[in-house]
Amino acid sequence: MAKIIAGIGSSHVPAIGAAIDNNKTEEPYWKRVFSGFEKSQEWMRETKPDVAIVVYNDHASAFSTDLIPTFALGAAAEFPPADEGWGPRPVPVGKGHPDLASHIAQSVILDEFDLTICNKMEVDHGLSVPLNLLCGKKGPDEEWPFKIIPLAVNVVMYPPPTGHRCFMLGKAIKKAVESYPEDLRVVIFGTGGLSHQISGPRAGLINSKWDKAFLDNLSKDPVKLSKIPHLEYMREAGAEGIEMVMWLIMRGALGDKVDEVYRFYTVPASNTAVGHIILEPRKSARSSKPSARRSVKKAPAKRATKAKAKTRRAAASAKVERIRS
Amino acid sequence: MAREAHDYDDIPGTTVFDAQRARDGYPINSFCMSLMKEENRKAFKADEAAYLKQFNMSPEQEQAILTRDYNRMLELGGNIYFTAKLGATDGHSFQHLAAVMTGNTQQGYADMMLAGGRNVDGNRSRTGKHNRPALLTVEGSAGPKAAKAKASKTSSKTAAKAKTKSSAKKRK
Repeated sequence: MAKIIAGIGSSHVPAIGAAIDNNKTEEPYWKRVFSGFEKSQEWMRETKPDVAIVVYNDHASAFSTDLIPTFALGAAAEFPPADEGWGPRPVPVGKGHPDLASHIAQSVILDEFDLTICNKMEVDHGLSVPLNLLCGKKGPDEEWPFKIIPLAVNVVMYPPPTGHRCFMLGKAIKKAVESYPEDLRVVIFGTGGLSHQISGPRAGLINSKWDKAFLDNLSKDPVKLSKIPHLEYMREAGAEGIEMVMWLIMRGALGDKVDEVYRFYTVPASNTAVGHIILEPRKSARSSKPSARRSVKKAPAKRATKAKAKTRRAAASAKVERIRS
Repeated sequence: MAREAHDYDDIPGTTVFDAQRARDGYPINSFCMSLMKEENRKAFKADEAAYLKQFNMSPEQEQAILTRDYNRMLELGGNIYFTAKLGATDGHSFQHLAAVMTGNTQQGYADMMLAGGRNVDGNRSRTGKHNRPALLTVEGSAGPKAAKAKASKTSSKTAAKAKTKSSAKKRK
Protein backbone atom coordinates (compact mmCIF):
# COMPACT_ATOMS: atom_id res chain seq x y z
CA MET A 1 0.00 0.00 0.00
CA ALA A 2 1.14 3.52 -0.71
CA LYS A 3 1.45 5.84 2.24
CA ILE A 4 1.95 9.54 2.88
CA ILE A 5 4.94 9.68 5.20
CA ALA A 6 5.49 13.42 5.53
CA GLY A 7 4.34 16.89 4.60
CA ILE A 8 6.62 19.74 3.68
CA GLY A 9 5.65 23.38 3.69
CA SER A 10 7.92 25.76 1.84
CA SER A 11 7.88 29.20 0.27
CA HIS A 12 8.56 29.29 -3.45
CA VAL A 13 9.96 32.81 -3.91
CA PRO A 14 11.25 33.20 -7.50
CA ALA A 15 14.31 35.18 -6.35
CA ILE A 16 15.45 32.08 -4.44
CA GLY A 17 15.51 30.21 -7.73
CA ALA A 18 17.42 33.05 -9.37
CA ALA A 19 19.95 33.02 -6.51
CA ILE A 20 20.51 29.28 -7.08
CA ASP A 21 20.75 29.61 -10.86
CA ASN A 22 23.21 32.52 -10.61
CA ASN A 23 25.34 30.92 -7.86
CA LYS A 24 24.56 33.55 -5.26
CA THR A 25 23.72 31.15 -2.45
CA GLU A 26 26.91 32.00 -0.53
CA GLU A 27 26.17 35.73 -0.42
CA PRO A 28 25.23 36.73 3.15
CA TYR A 29 21.69 37.81 2.18
CA TRP A 30 20.99 34.45 0.57
CA LYS A 31 23.06 32.31 2.92
CA ARG A 32 20.66 33.39 5.66
CA VAL A 33 17.84 31.80 3.63
CA PHE A 34 19.63 28.67 2.41
CA SER A 35 21.20 27.80 5.75
CA GLY A 36 17.67 27.18 7.02
CA PHE A 37 17.27 24.31 4.57
CA GLU A 38 20.52 22.43 5.21
CA LYS A 39 18.96 20.17 7.82
CA SER A 40 15.95 19.67 5.58
CA GLN A 41 18.15 18.40 2.78
CA GLU A 42 19.71 15.98 5.25
CA TRP A 43 16.20 14.89 6.27
CA MET A 44 15.25 14.43 2.62
CA ARG A 45 18.32 12.28 1.92
CA GLU A 46 17.41 10.05 4.87
CA THR A 47 13.71 9.92 4.08
CA LYS A 48 14.12 8.94 0.41
CA PRO A 49 10.50 9.19 -0.73
CA ASP A 50 9.41 7.47 -3.93
CA VAL A 51 6.95 10.14 -4.99
CA ALA A 52 6.27 13.78 -4.14
CA ILE A 53 2.88 15.38 -4.67
CA VAL A 54 3.72 19.06 -5.08
CA VAL A 55 0.90 21.52 -4.43
CA TYR A 56 1.92 24.80 -6.05
CA ASN A 57 0.64 27.58 -8.23
CA ASP A 58 1.64 28.77 -11.64
CA HIS A 59 2.67 32.43 -11.99
CA ALA A 60 1.50 33.37 -15.47
CA SER A 61 4.06 30.96 -16.94
CA ALA A 62 2.28 27.84 -18.21
CA PHE A 63 -1.25 29.08 -17.45
CA SER A 64 -2.50 32.42 -18.78
CA THR A 65 -5.98 33.75 -18.02
CA ASP A 66 -7.34 31.78 -21.01
CA LEU A 67 -8.11 28.89 -18.66
CA ILE A 68 -8.19 29.17 -14.88
CA PRO A 69 -8.59 25.71 -13.33
CA THR A 70 -9.04 25.73 -9.56
CA PHE A 71 -7.26 22.39 -9.09
CA ALA A 72 -5.17 20.91 -11.92
CA LEU A 73 -3.44 17.57 -11.36
CA GLY A 74 -0.47 16.58 -13.52
CA ALA A 75 -0.78 13.02 -14.80
CA ALA A 76 1.92 13.34 -17.48
CA ALA A 77 5.04 11.20 -17.63
CA GLU A 78 7.26 14.28 -17.68
CA PHE A 79 7.01 17.86 -16.50
CA PRO A 80 9.44 20.17 -18.27
CA PRO A 81 10.34 23.47 -16.61
CA ALA A 82 8.26 26.30 -18.09
CA ASP A 83 9.78 29.17 -20.02
CA GLU A 84 9.09 32.11 -17.71
CA GLY A 85 9.96 34.65 -20.40
CA TRP A 86 13.72 34.39 -20.38
CA GLY A 87 14.11 30.68 -20.92
CA PRO A 88 13.27 27.78 -18.61
CA ARG A 89 15.12 27.46 -15.29
CA PRO A 90 18.12 25.11 -15.59
CA VAL A 91 16.52 22.36 -13.52
CA PRO A 92 15.66 18.72 -14.25
CA VAL A 93 12.59 17.69 -16.22
CA GLY A 94 10.38 16.23 -13.50
CA LYS A 95 9.52 12.56 -13.98
CA GLY A 96 5.86 11.92 -13.25
CA HIS A 97 3.98 8.97 -11.83
CA PRO A 98 1.06 8.74 -14.27
CA ASP A 99 -0.41 5.63 -12.63
CA LEU A 100 -0.62 7.06 -9.14
CA ALA A 101 -1.74 10.44 -10.49
CA SER A 102 -4.60 8.85 -12.42
CA HIS A 103 -5.53 6.78 -9.40
CA ILE A 104 -5.65 9.93 -7.24
CA ALA A 105 -7.73 11.77 -9.85
CA GLN A 106 -10.22 8.95 -10.11
CA SER A 107 -10.51 8.61 -6.35
CA VAL A 108 -10.88 12.30 -5.45
CA ILE A 109 -13.29 13.06 -8.30
CA LEU A 110 -15.58 10.33 -6.98
CA ASP A 111 -15.13 11.99 -3.59
CA GLU A 112 -16.61 15.10 -5.22
CA PHE A 113 -13.44 17.12 -5.90
CA ASP A 114 -13.74 18.04 -9.56
CA LEU A 115 -10.10 18.19 -10.63
CA THR A 116 -8.81 19.19 -14.00
CA ILE A 117 -6.40 16.57 -15.32
CA CYS A 118 -3.32 17.72 -17.21
CA ASN A 119 -1.67 15.19 -19.51
CA LYS A 120 0.66 17.88 -20.77
CA MET A 121 1.98 20.39 -18.31
CA GLU A 122 4.96 22.65 -17.82
CA VAL A 123 5.88 23.71 -14.32
CA ASP A 124 7.39 27.00 -13.15
CA HIS A 125 9.41 28.18 -10.15
CA GLY A 126 6.39 27.60 -7.90
CA LEU A 127 7.25 23.91 -8.12
CA SER A 128 10.99 23.93 -8.81
CA VAL A 129 12.10 26.31 -6.05
CA PRO A 130 10.82 24.15 -3.16
CA LEU A 131 12.37 21.08 -4.81
CA ASN A 132 15.68 22.94 -4.99
CA LEU A 133 15.41 23.96 -1.36
CA LEU A 134 14.84 20.36 -0.25
CA CYS A 135 17.11 18.60 -2.76
CA GLY A 136 19.76 21.18 -3.62
CA LYS A 137 20.86 22.48 -6.97
CA LYS A 138 20.25 20.05 -9.84
CA GLY A 139 21.05 20.69 -13.47
CA PRO A 140 18.86 20.00 -16.51
CA ASP A 141 20.74 16.73 -17.16
CA GLU A 142 20.13 15.42 -13.65
CA GLU A 143 17.00 14.04 -12.00
CA TRP A 144 15.01 14.94 -8.92
CA PRO A 145 15.41 12.11 -6.39
CA PHE A 146 11.73 11.13 -6.64
CA LYS A 147 8.80 11.04 -9.03
CA ILE A 148 6.59 14.11 -9.10
CA ILE A 149 2.85 14.68 -9.21
CA PRO A 150 2.15 18.41 -9.55
CA LEU A 151 -1.12 19.80 -8.25
CA ALA A 152 -1.58 23.36 -9.50
CA VAL A 153 -4.04 25.48 -7.55
CA ASN A 154 -5.51 28.77 -8.71
CA VAL A 155 -4.49 31.30 -6.09
CA VAL A 156 -3.88 34.11 -8.58
CA MET A 157 -7.48 34.99 -9.41
CA TYR A 158 -9.79 35.64 -6.49
CA PRO A 159 -11.40 33.57 -5.15
CA PRO A 160 -9.00 30.67 -4.73
CA PRO A 161 -10.54 27.57 -3.17
CA THR A 162 -11.34 28.10 0.51
CA GLY A 163 -8.95 26.86 3.16
CA HIS A 164 -11.57 24.35 4.20
CA ARG A 165 -11.92 23.04 0.65
CA CYS A 166 -8.15 22.65 0.46
CA PHE A 167 -8.03 20.86 3.80
CA MET A 168 -10.75 18.45 2.71
CA LEU A 169 -9.03 17.82 -0.63
CA GLY A 170 -5.90 16.91 1.32
CA LYS A 171 -7.93 14.34 3.24
CA ALA A 172 -9.30 12.93 0.01
CA ILE A 173 -5.76 12.70 -1.41
CA LYS A 174 -4.65 10.77 1.68
CA LYS A 175 -7.49 8.31 1.18
CA ALA A 176 -6.62 8.01 -2.51
CA VAL A 177 -2.92 7.37 -1.87
CA GLU A 178 -3.67 4.78 0.81
CA SER A 179 -5.87 2.83 -1.59
CA TYR A 180 -3.09 2.53 -4.17
CA PRO A 181 -1.87 -1.09 -4.18
CA GLU A 182 1.86 -0.56 -4.72
CA ASP A 183 4.14 0.06 -1.72
CA LEU A 184 5.14 3.65 -2.26
CA ARG A 185 6.44 6.20 0.21
CA VAL A 186 4.85 9.50 -0.68
CA VAL A 187 5.54 13.01 0.59
CA ILE A 188 3.35 16.01 -0.09
CA PHE A 189 4.55 19.59 -0.51
CA GLY A 190 2.44 22.63 0.30
CA THR A 191 4.17 25.63 -1.22
CA GLY A 192 3.92 29.41 -1.34
CA GLY A 193 3.66 32.14 1.28
CA LEU A 194 4.18 33.09 3.90
CA SER A 195 2.98 36.66 4.35
CA HIS A 196 3.67 38.90 1.38
CA GLN A 197 2.04 41.42 -0.88
CA ILE A 198 3.66 42.35 -4.15
CA SER A 199 0.88 44.42 -5.72
CA GLY A 200 -0.35 47.98 -5.20
CA PRO A 201 0.54 50.69 -2.68
CA ARG A 202 0.54 48.20 0.24
CA ALA A 203 3.25 46.02 -1.38
CA GLY A 204 5.95 44.89 1.00
CA LEU A 205 3.58 43.84 3.76
CA ILE A 206 4.96 41.21 6.13
CA ASN A 207 3.20 39.87 9.23
CA SER A 208 5.54 37.64 11.19
CA LYS A 209 3.15 37.28 14.10
CA TRP A 210 0.45 35.89 11.86
CA ASP A 211 2.92 33.63 10.06
CA LYS A 212 4.11 32.16 13.33
CA ALA A 213 0.56 31.51 14.47
CA PHE A 214 -0.11 29.79 11.14
CA LEU A 215 2.95 27.55 11.50
CA ASP A 216 2.09 26.73 15.13
CA ASN A 217 -1.45 25.75 14.29
CA LEU A 218 -0.45 23.36 11.52
CA SER A 219 0.22 20.87 14.29
CA LYS A 220 -1.81 22.36 17.15
CA ASP A 221 -5.14 23.14 15.54
CA PRO A 222 -5.30 22.72 11.76
CA VAL A 223 -9.09 22.76 11.85
CA LYS A 224 -8.88 26.33 13.11
CA LEU A 225 -6.65 27.20 10.16
CA SER A 226 -9.13 25.63 7.79
CA LYS A 227 -11.74 28.13 8.96
CA ILE A 228 -9.72 31.27 8.21
CA PRO A 229 -11.72 33.33 5.72
CA HIS A 230 -10.07 34.68 2.58
CA LEU A 231 -10.54 38.23 3.84
CA GLU A 232 -8.29 37.50 6.80
CA TYR A 233 -5.52 36.02 4.66
CA MET A 234 -5.50 39.11 2.46
CA ARG A 235 -5.79 41.60 5.28
CA GLU A 236 -3.21 39.95 7.55
CA ALA A 237 -0.86 38.11 5.22
CA GLY A 238 -1.13 40.29 2.11
CA ALA A 239 -3.08 40.02 -1.14
CA GLU A 240 -0.66 37.40 -2.45
CA GLY A 241 -0.29 35.73 0.97
CA ILE A 242 -3.66 34.12 0.30
CA GLU A 243 -1.71 31.37 -1.47
CA MET A 244 -1.06 29.91 1.98
CA VAL A 245 -4.33 27.98 1.54
CA MET A 246 -2.20 25.53 -0.46
CA TRP A 247 -0.43 24.48 2.72
CA LEU A 248 -3.77 23.18 4.00
CA ILE A 249 -3.96 20.57 1.22
CA MET A 250 -0.62 19.28 2.47
CA ARG A 251 -1.81 19.39 6.07
CA GLY A 252 -5.11 17.67 5.30
CA ALA A 253 -3.23 14.77 3.72
CA LEU A 254 -1.34 13.97 6.93
CA GLY A 255 -4.18 12.83 9.19
CA ASP A 256 -5.36 14.22 12.50
CA LYS A 257 -2.16 14.30 14.54
CA VAL A 258 1.27 15.30 13.32
CA ASP A 259 4.71 15.86 14.79
CA GLU A 260 6.67 18.90 13.76
CA VAL A 261 10.11 17.69 12.73
CA TYR A 262 11.63 20.96 11.65
CA ARG A 263 10.80 24.61 11.11
CA PHE A 264 12.53 27.63 9.64
CA TYR A 265 11.42 31.22 9.25
CA THR A 266 13.22 34.27 7.98
CA VAL A 267 12.35 37.73 6.64
CA PRO A 268 12.78 38.65 3.85
CA ALA A 269 13.58 36.92 0.61
CA SER A 270 12.94 39.76 -1.81
CA ASN A 271 9.30 40.67 -0.95
CA THR A 272 8.34 37.64 1.06
CA ALA A 273 8.54 36.03 4.48
CA VAL A 274 10.16 32.62 3.99
CA GLY A 275 8.47 29.83 5.91
CA HIS A 276 9.35 26.17 6.00
CA ILE A 277 8.09 23.25 8.02
CA ILE A 278 8.39 19.48 7.98
CA LEU A 279 5.55 17.48 9.51
CA GLU A 280 5.20 13.76 9.96
CA PRO A 281 1.95 11.95 10.70
CA ARG A 282 2.03 10.84 14.32
CA LYS A 283 2.66 7.10 14.48
CA SER A 284 -0.29 5.46 16.17
CA ALA A 285 0.63 4.23 19.66
CA ARG A 286 0.27 0.54 18.90
CA SER A 287 -0.39 -1.11 15.61
CA SER A 288 -2.69 -4.12 15.83
CA LYS A 289 -0.60 -6.22 13.49
CA PRO A 290 3.13 -5.98 13.98
CA SER A 291 4.11 -7.01 10.47
CA ALA A 292 7.56 -8.08 9.39
CA ARG A 293 7.94 -4.77 7.63
CA ARG A 294 7.43 -2.94 10.84
CA SER A 295 10.18 -4.77 12.70
CA VAL A 296 12.58 -4.16 9.85
CA LYS A 297 11.77 -0.51 10.13
CA LYS A 298 12.58 -0.31 13.82
CA ALA A 299 16.24 0.48 13.52
CA PRO A 300 15.86 3.37 11.09
CA ALA A 301 13.07 4.70 13.27
CA LYS A 302 15.52 5.05 16.14
CA ARG A 303 17.93 6.84 13.90
CA ALA A 304 15.12 9.08 12.79
CA THR A 305 14.39 10.14 16.37
CA LYS A 306 18.03 11.00 16.84
CA ALA A 307 18.03 12.95 13.63
CA LYS A 308 14.86 14.64 14.74
CA ALA A 309 16.40 15.86 17.97
CA LYS A 310 19.41 17.00 15.99
CA THR A 311 17.35 18.96 13.53
CA ARG A 312 15.36 20.54 16.35
CA ARG A 313 18.51 21.71 18.06
CA ALA A 314 19.82 23.01 14.79
CA ALA A 315 16.57 24.81 14.18
CA ALA A 316 16.89 26.59 17.47
CA SER A 317 20.38 27.82 16.70
CA ALA A 318 19.78 28.48 13.04
CA LYS A 319 16.72 30.59 13.59
CA VAL A 320 17.55 33.78 11.80
CA GLU A 321 14.77 36.10 12.57
CA ARG A 322 14.42 39.72 11.72
CA ILE A 323 11.07 40.19 13.26
CA ARG A 324 10.28 43.74 14.14
CA SER A 325 9.81 44.22 17.84
CA MET B 1 -21.58 47.10 -15.46
CA ALA B 2 -20.49 48.85 -12.28
CA ARG B 3 -18.34 46.91 -9.88
CA GLU B 4 -20.05 45.10 -7.05
CA ALA B 5 -18.99 46.04 -3.53
CA HIS B 6 -16.89 43.47 -1.68
CA ASP B 7 -15.66 43.06 1.89
CA TYR B 8 -12.06 43.17 0.65
CA ASP B 9 -12.53 46.67 -0.77
CA ASP B 10 -11.76 47.75 2.78
CA ILE B 11 -8.14 46.55 2.62
CA PRO B 12 -6.02 49.65 2.00
CA GLY B 13 -3.61 49.94 -0.92
CA THR B 14 -4.89 46.70 -2.37
CA THR B 15 -6.66 45.87 -5.62
CA VAL B 16 -7.92 42.31 -5.45
CA PHE B 17 -7.69 40.51 -8.79
CA ASP B 18 -11.14 38.97 -8.68
CA ALA B 19 -13.22 37.27 -11.33
CA GLN B 20 -14.69 40.54 -12.58
CA ARG B 21 -11.28 42.17 -12.91
CA ALA B 22 -9.92 39.03 -14.56
CA ARG B 23 -12.68 39.45 -17.14
CA ASP B 24 -12.12 43.20 -17.63
CA GLY B 25 -8.36 42.79 -17.65
CA TYR B 26 -8.19 39.90 -20.08
CA PRO B 27 -6.68 42.14 -22.83
CA ILE B 28 -4.02 43.53 -20.46
CA ASN B 29 -3.01 40.11 -19.19
CA SER B 30 -3.02 38.59 -22.67
CA PHE B 31 -0.77 41.41 -23.84
CA CYS B 32 1.58 40.77 -20.92
CA MET B 33 1.66 37.03 -21.68
CA SER B 34 2.70 37.84 -25.24
CA LEU B 35 5.84 39.50 -23.83
CA MET B 36 7.14 36.05 -22.88
CA LYS B 37 8.48 35.79 -26.44
CA GLU B 38 11.52 37.75 -27.53
CA GLU B 39 10.12 38.64 -30.97
CA ASN B 40 7.00 40.11 -29.35
CA ARG B 41 9.06 42.15 -26.92
CA LYS B 42 10.93 43.59 -29.88
CA ALA B 43 7.74 44.35 -31.80
CA PHE B 44 6.22 46.04 -28.77
CA LYS B 45 9.32 48.15 -28.16
CA ALA B 46 9.43 49.17 -31.84
CA ASP B 47 5.92 50.67 -31.79
CA GLU B 48 4.08 50.32 -28.49
CA ALA B 49 0.75 51.89 -29.46
CA ALA B 50 0.51 49.88 -32.67
CA TYR B 51 1.40 46.64 -30.91
CA LEU B 52 -1.36 47.13 -28.32
CA LYS B 53 -4.05 47.41 -31.04
CA GLN B 54 -4.25 43.62 -31.46
CA PHE B 55 -5.61 43.09 -27.91
CA ASN B 56 -8.92 45.01 -28.04
CA MET B 57 -8.18 47.12 -24.99
CA SER B 58 -10.15 50.04 -23.67
CA PRO B 59 -8.46 53.44 -24.20
CA GLU B 60 -7.86 53.61 -20.40
CA GLN B 61 -6.07 50.27 -20.46
CA GLU B 62 -3.87 51.35 -23.38
CA GLN B 63 -3.08 54.59 -21.62
CA ALA B 64 -2.14 52.87 -18.37
CA ILE B 65 0.28 50.62 -20.24
CA LEU B 66 1.81 53.36 -22.36
CA THR B 67 2.40 55.54 -19.29
CA ARG B 68 3.51 52.54 -17.17
CA ASP B 69 0.93 53.37 -14.52
CA TYR B 70 1.17 50.07 -12.67
CA ASN B 71 -1.46 50.78 -10.03
CA ARG B 72 -3.93 51.86 -12.70
CA MET B 73 -3.23 48.64 -14.64
CA LEU B 74 -4.28 46.67 -11.53
CA GLU B 75 -7.47 48.70 -11.20
CA LEU B 76 -8.28 48.00 -14.83
CA GLY B 77 -7.90 44.26 -14.41
CA GLY B 78 -4.20 43.65 -14.79
CA ASN B 79 -2.62 41.13 -12.45
CA ILE B 80 0.79 41.68 -10.90
CA TYR B 81 2.25 38.36 -12.10
CA PHE B 82 1.37 39.46 -15.61
CA THR B 83 2.22 43.17 -15.43
CA ALA B 84 5.62 42.24 -13.98
CA LYS B 85 6.44 40.91 -17.45
CA LEU B 86 6.05 44.44 -18.82
CA GLY B 87 8.45 45.71 -16.17
CA ALA B 88 10.93 43.00 -17.10
CA THR B 89 10.55 43.90 -20.78
CA ASP B 90 11.59 47.44 -19.83
CA GLY B 91 14.62 45.95 -18.13
CA HIS B 92 13.42 46.74 -14.61
CA SER B 93 13.78 44.53 -11.56
CA PHE B 94 10.67 43.67 -9.62
CA GLN B 95 11.87 45.94 -6.85
CA HIS B 96 11.62 48.86 -9.25
CA LEU B 97 7.95 48.05 -9.87
CA ALA B 98 7.30 47.70 -6.16
CA ALA B 99 8.88 51.10 -5.57
CA VAL B 100 6.72 52.64 -8.32
CA MET B 101 3.52 51.09 -6.95
CA THR B 102 4.25 52.09 -3.37
CA GLY B 103 5.42 55.61 -4.24
CA ASN B 104 8.81 54.90 -2.72
CA THR B 105 12.36 55.04 -4.05
CA GLN B 106 13.86 51.71 -4.92
CA GLN B 107 16.39 52.06 -2.12
CA GLY B 108 13.68 53.10 0.30
CA TYR B 109 11.63 50.04 -0.59
CA ALA B 110 14.65 47.73 -0.33
CA ASP B 111 15.51 49.17 3.10
CA MET B 112 11.94 48.69 4.29
CA MET B 113 12.04 45.02 3.29
CA LEU B 114 15.39 44.45 5.00
CA ALA B 115 13.99 46.02 8.15
CA GLY B 116 11.19 43.43 8.21
CA GLY B 117 8.73 44.75 5.64
CA ARG B 118 5.65 46.92 5.88
CA ASN B 119 3.96 46.63 9.25
CA VAL B 120 0.40 45.33 9.17
CA ASP B 121 -0.58 47.59 12.08
CA GLY B 122 -2.23 50.64 10.59
CA ASN B 123 -2.54 48.88 7.24
CA ARG B 124 -5.52 46.63 7.85
CA SER B 125 -8.54 48.74 7.06
CA ARG B 126 -9.44 51.74 4.93
CA THR B 127 -12.47 52.61 6.99
CA GLY B 128 -10.72 51.92 10.30
CA LYS B 129 -13.46 49.46 11.24
CA HIS B 130 -11.14 46.47 11.14
CA ASN B 131 -7.94 47.64 12.80
CA ARG B 132 -7.75 44.85 15.34
CA PRO B 133 -5.34 41.97 14.78
CA ALA B 134 -6.89 38.75 13.60
CA LEU B 135 -8.12 36.16 16.08
CA LEU B 136 -5.43 33.76 14.92
CA THR B 137 -2.68 35.97 16.33
CA VAL B 138 -4.57 37.13 19.41
CA GLU B 139 -4.98 33.57 20.59
CA GLY B 140 -1.57 32.93 19.13
CA SER B 141 0.23 29.68 19.40
CA ALA B 142 -1.19 29.11 22.86
CA GLY B 143 -4.67 28.30 21.63
CA PRO B 144 -7.92 28.98 23.42
CA LYS B 145 -7.12 26.78 26.44
CA ALA B 146 -3.91 28.55 27.30
CA ALA B 147 -5.54 31.90 26.68
CA LYS B 148 -8.10 31.04 29.33
CA ALA B 149 -5.39 29.98 31.74
CA LYS B 150 -3.59 33.25 31.12
CA ALA B 151 -6.75 35.21 31.74
CA SER B 152 -7.27 33.54 35.10
CA LYS B 153 -3.71 34.43 36.05
CA THR B 154 -4.15 38.14 35.46
CA SER B 155 -5.17 39.91 38.61
CA SER B 156 -8.84 40.37 39.25
CA LYS B 157 -8.17 44.12 39.31
CA THR B 158 -7.14 44.29 35.64
CA ALA B 159 -9.93 41.93 34.76
CA ALA B 160 -12.41 44.21 36.48
CA LYS B 161 -10.87 47.20 34.71
CA ALA B 162 -11.21 45.52 31.36
CA LYS B 163 -14.80 44.71 32.15
CA THR B 164 -15.74 48.26 33.00
CA LYS B 165 -13.94 49.46 29.91
CA SER B 166 -15.84 47.17 27.63
CA SER B 167 -19.17 47.94 29.24
CA ALA B 168 -18.42 51.64 28.99
CA LYS B 169 -17.81 51.13 25.30
CA LYS B 170 -21.12 49.37 24.93
CA ARG B 171 -22.96 52.26 26.57
CA LYS B 172 -21.38 54.65 24.13
